[in-house]
Amino acid sequence: MAEPYHPLAPSSVPKRSGWRLFLQSVFARAYPRLIGQQREKSWVFFDVFLPLLSVSAYVLVYRAMHAPEDYIGFVIVGGAMLAFWMNVLWSMSMQLYWEKEQGNLALYIIAPNSMMSILLGMAIGGLLATTLRALAILVLGVLIFKVHFVVLNIGQLFGVFLLTMVALYGMGMMFASVFLLLGREAWAALDVIQEPVYLVSGFFFPVRVLPFWVAAAASVIPLTLGLDAMRQLTFETGPSLGFLSVSVEISILAFLAALFLLLAKVFMGYVERLAIREGRLTEARR
Amino acid sequence: MTFAVETEHLGRIYRIRNNRKERARELVALQDVTLQIREGELFGLLGPNGAGKTTLIKILTTLLAPSSGWARVAGYDVVTEAHRIRPLINMVSGGESSGYGLLTVRENLWMFAQFYGIPSQEANRRIRALLERVGMADRMDTKSSDLSSGLRQKMNIVRGFLTDPRVLFLDEPTLGLDVGAAREVRSLIREWMASDRHRTLLLTTHYMVEAEELCDRVAIINKGRVLACDTPAALKRALQNEARFEMEVSAPNGLTASALEALPEVQKAALRPTDYGALLHLTLHSEAALAGVINLLTEKRVKILRLSKREPTLEDVFVALVGRSMEEVEQEGENHG
Repeated sequence: MAEPYHPLAPSSVPKRSGWRLFLQSVFARAYPRLIGQQREKSWVFFDVFLPLLSVSAYVLVYRAMHAPEDYIGFVIVGGAMLAFWMNVLWSMSMQLYWEKEQGNLALYIIAPNSMMSILLGMAIGGLLATTLRALAILVLGVLIFKVHFVVLNIGQLFGVFLLTMVALYGMGMMFASVFLLLGREAWAALDVIQEPVYLVSGFFFPVRVLPFWVAAAASVIPLTLGLDAMRQLTFETGPSLGFLSVSVEISILAFLAALFLLLAKVFMGYVERLAIREGRLTEARR
Repeated sequence: MTFAVETEHLGRIYRIRNNRKERARELVALQDVTLQIREGELFGLLGPNGAGKTTLIKILTTLLAPSSGWARVAGYDVVTEAHRIRPLINMVSGGESSGYGLLTVRENLWMFAQFYGIPSQEANRRIRALLERVGMADRMDTKSSDLSSGLRQKMNIVRGFLTDPRVLFLDEPTLGLDVGAAREVRSLIREWMASDRHRTLLLTTHYMVEAEELCDRVAIINKGRVLACDTPAALKRALQNEARFEMEVSAPNGLTASALEALPEVQKAALRPTDYGALLHLTLHSEAALAGVINLLTEKRVKILRLSKREPTLEDVFVALVGRSMEEVEQEGENHG
């Protein structure tokens, strides 16, 4: 017969460390985001229905102008990808700040796992949760407005999407540390970033129509090139309206992904050291 | 001998400013703290709000670097070997709202267990057993945002126990809890310590009774300095050459504490109004001084309704060391803050 389990007795089961601890932590921190989808159903209204209204407005404008039918598809894809930008901007970037306010940040720092696993968990959780929202916008948009896709290479399309997401959420991970340093002032910074990025990233039009240097500068935001490449791979007129060739855009996205992930690690390390040295980042009072 | 916690001349200075234009001023939160806590000990840090207790805990849990001196936990330096300390410790603070409100109690605990590398199956088994032990098995699937403050704090304590730390830091674990919930938390702490003699627990509190009831040894801390450190019994014994009396008296008729303190051999007097008159607390250098007090009361036509001799408490120890009660020190801190 098995011995009765004493809840307060020391545990004989060894704890994991190294990469297994890392992966375990990533999954654990992604979990609240994923489960939140099921528990808080209001996202269907706020994150699918409302964005679909602004997407519809652009579609109707293009239809009224008798613009090429592919433009309708551009808007739908842009509207779906906008969900990721909003998620990175308002959720991912501010996450560490909220963790601090809630008292979780101190517990994350004293845990034996790395802070990068926490950041990565937040990013993956946010990405998966937002993918569902983006898919809902995409599917509804396609059904309502009868969008016609011509996808020749689904693998390449998926690869571009994945690369865009790695770069975008890498940027979000970097923002999370920077905005933790800025504290409440980050709200203003987010407001400053949000609208110009709407414009220059070409969510609702091909970015090629912008002056070259404006579009090139906007390419720092991974969604600009990601969106452009995906449109080129999805619509018949896409390549003719593309900003750069898909292969060049893939190369730049790969560079951005590596750069942002590296910067996220560097900033996170800096913030953690600063928190320990100055003692103000883990405490809402100081 | 390896100590679970050891500090020497530990100090921490914060540089604070209210806005960017203001020049930073220095706030000494901790100074010259030298402590040795043995493995298996339940050690208390007793002091008013702002005394430096939380700062000390933050240094020991690797959250904050000291400005001077050094500290070791489980034999490792808190600055250079933080990564070795972290798997061995955990921390729970009173009134904390950690975790996520939309997760259930079980899910929140599971998430934190994952950060310590506990395999999922083992984590779930321990969570179930611990929640049963604290009487929260029926709340396992309740969202943590729906818990009362008492239940939430029990969940936090379970989070602390769950990772089976060698050294557990509890920062004001019963803060804001009602009497019943606080009693349960204290009983749980005692039971956890009794389950393994290698465990060490450092508890901060500003409740005297809690320190007295739970701790093997207590360090009294005020304004960042450790003023005394010993067993509660030894700390109180040091005051036994003084006599303490408590009197219930009728309306004071102009009698004041300062008039009583002016009498020879009267060290301290405190007069607090009550429904029936007043409650008088006296600390006398010798029992003989009581005669002078009674004479003054008679002179002022104040009747003695009850008189009892009091054993010294940790509150008396604090008053003897600081010159004021902890309540007075906290009040003063709030006024200056």
